Amino acid sequence: MSVRALPLLFLNLGGEMLYILDQRLRAQNIPGDKARRDEWTEVDRKRVLHDIILTMFNKSFIEELLKPQELYSKKALRTIYDRLAHASIMKLNQASMDKLYDLMTMALKYQVLLCPRPKDVLLVTFNHLDTIKGLIQDNPALLHLVDETLRQLIEVYGGLSAGEFQLIRQTLLTFFQDLHIRVSLFLKDKVQNSNGRFVLPVSGPVPWGIEVPGLIRMFDNKGEEVRRVEFPHGGNYVTAPKEGSFEVYGDRVLKLGTNMYSVNRPVETHTSGTSKNLSSQAQQSIAPNPLAKEELNFLAKLMGGMEIKKTSGPEPGFRLNLFTTDEEEEQAALTRPEELSHEVVNIQATQDQQRNQELARIMGEFEVMDQPRWSASKGDDLLAMMDEL
Amino acid sequence: MVAADSEGPSDPGVRMFRRQRSIPLRGSAAALSNNLSVLQLPVCNLTHFGVVHGPSAQLLSVAPEGVPLAQRQLHAKEGAGVSSPLITQVHWCALPFRVLLVLTSHRGIQMYESDGSVMVYWHALDSRDASPVQAMFARGIASCGHFICVGMWSGRVLVFDIPAKGPNIVLSEELAGHPTSVTDIASEPAQEQDCMADVVTADDSGLLCVWRSGPEFKLLTRIPGFGVPCTSVQLWKGIAAVGYGNGQVRLYETSTGALHVQINAHARAICALDLAPEVGKLLSAAEDTFVHIWKLSKRTESGCTEVEHCHGECVPDTQVCGARFCDPSGSSFAVTGYDLAEILTFSSE
Repeated sequence: MSVRALPLLFLNLGGEMLYILDQRLRAQNIPGDKARRDEWTEVDRKRVLHDIILTMFNKSFIEELLKPQELYSKKALRTIYDRLAHASIMKLNQASMDKLYDLMTMALKYQVLLCPRPKDVLLVTFNHLDTIKGLIQDNPALLHLVDETLRQLIEVYGGLSAGEFQLIRQTLLTFFQDLHIRVSLFLKDKVQNSNGRFVLPVSGPVPWGIEVPGLIRMFDNKGEEVRRVEFPHGGNYVTAPKEGSFEVYGDRVLKLGTNMYSVNRPVETHTSGTSKNLSSQAQQSIAPNPLAKEELNFLAKLMGGMEIKKTSGPEPGFRLNLFTTDEEEEQAALTRPEELSHEVVNIQATQDQQRNQELARIMGEFEVMDQPRWSASKGDDLLAMMDEL
Repeated sequence: MVAADSEGPSDPGVRMFRRQRSIPLRGSAAALSNNLSVLQLPVCNLTHFGVVHGPSAQLLSVAPEGVPLAQRQLHAKEGAGVSSPLITQVHWCALPFRVLLVLTSHRGIQMYESDGSVMVYWHALDSRDASPVQAMFARGIASCGHFICVGMWSGRVLVFDIPAKGPNIVLSEELAGHPTSVTDIASEPAQEQDCMADVVTADDSGLLCVWRSGPEFKLLTRIPGFGVPCTSVQLWKGIAAVGYGNGQVRLYETSTGALHVQINAHARAICALDLAPEVGKLLSAAEDTFVHIWKLSKRTESGCTEVEHCHGECVPDTQVCGARFCDPSGSSFAVTGYDLAEILTFSSE
């Protein structure tokens, strides 16, 4: 619907991803001198975050992202995060990547749903970026990249009307429709019910710019107030204290989008017993995507600017497990409901000669392997080819 | 569940509402405004409901006591574009000799016979008007006499002339009056005097345009906004009841544009307003999980409008996206919520 929703979706999901990876890496942190070769250290953690942030805030990538365009499918977006998560020495198994993505999406769904005003989704984004800056305090070059992104966001979104923000919010909510994965942290904090739905409080401060409900004012033809009546509105609201800042630096006031994870609060997700409305979602993901070519162009264009670092031969690539044990991770992979399997996009690259110029150029820059890793019976798999490199 | 009734002096009859049986939906309701349309068919004791899910909309026929009888899914017609087109609104239009179901999307306008069985008309959005920085869509549907008005992302309002039967629907006029996207349109049967307004259109900036319908629509009044989108609008006895993104409901006298009533009704954006015109009942629903029912009265001597709060209902943990009265006396209503795969119904009988 809105052609301005994608950057907010991408940056906020990316922010959540960094929070979760940071928490997980800290939890597995072994002091440098005691660590074995295959264990995570503080240095490793910093390196992983550095590599992901560097990739995520790459100048041409952000430029491409900020162009007005429609939101792409969940599958296409998931593919980008797969890439992003593997932008460094870290490796994630499918089950861990699934869990990571579940947490990211449910956290952002919660934040968008609970935003007091549609415009506050921008404050949520700023909170993510502010916290990301906190993770890279010792790296001025990276800090500059993130600040640049903040400035560009202010430029693009600063002038949008309330109506346009309302459309952005509706577009984001459409993306998250029918996702009811239960997150233990949310259940514990009582912000999510056991049926997977989020709690919408009817008390507390009203959004900035909204009056506390309960008053009817009647006027005559001259505009003079003739009567004032109160009515029971059913909630327990108070006025908003102050407005959050939309500048590059400032107090955002809103807490949504700040880091809610800490080392001592491991996060579980429950994928069983989710809402029975998954049938509509399943139909969406199983049905053949007739626009795969457009998404292919988009992904290639976006990732062309991504500059993914290739892991050199001998370095093993450390594996991060989002579960407590390897057995748990295996078990999760086996018991994951079919409807929720976030398969990486398996795009059939068409034989169509009328390719987008940009796509052809990007493909020209990659070596083409003879044997695709997954041999889909029909046609080649572009991503598989890119994977080989 | 919180229900709050006012200690009003009038009308003891219709006050306590009780939850009735929910009507299950195939797909959850989308986070749109005005996302519920109801067609009451008292003659055959049936009620039709229409809800937008996303790329599809669902129509349901329901018997008394909320027993679902039949359902049908309609899809947005594909056209040129990147992704699956989303539906923005579905609405039944009662015309003098027929009822048509209108469906608006990011591709165009689809009109069907009232049961959704046959598409009688398709109007594609003109991609030449497209702007790269704004999505194209149609939104805002109302019938007025033998016309159907549909709003556009550009602010234009298309007026279609509908014949008594058959598919010979013609685009009669394109109204220019709004600088930003149309959000909703309301109409009421023409009043006794010729000069009374019978159509109101609203947009994202909060601006209202008041029109008199005819072979050529005439713009009578413009009621400026105040920086907040108008999300829903209704028209009753020349009074425009308007819901805004800041939770306010305002009542304006359309002939003068004067503000008669201002209600701080909700703590979040209003998503739907509905009228039971025979009894002067107004329903407001918002993303704050509340639905409120108001009694409107027009004082002919002073020309003032009065409002009384009748009932408030909380739908826990639900971001309401649509609400409608289900009968002409306003003694029952239905509610849809984002992510909710059922229609909730309430009745005071």
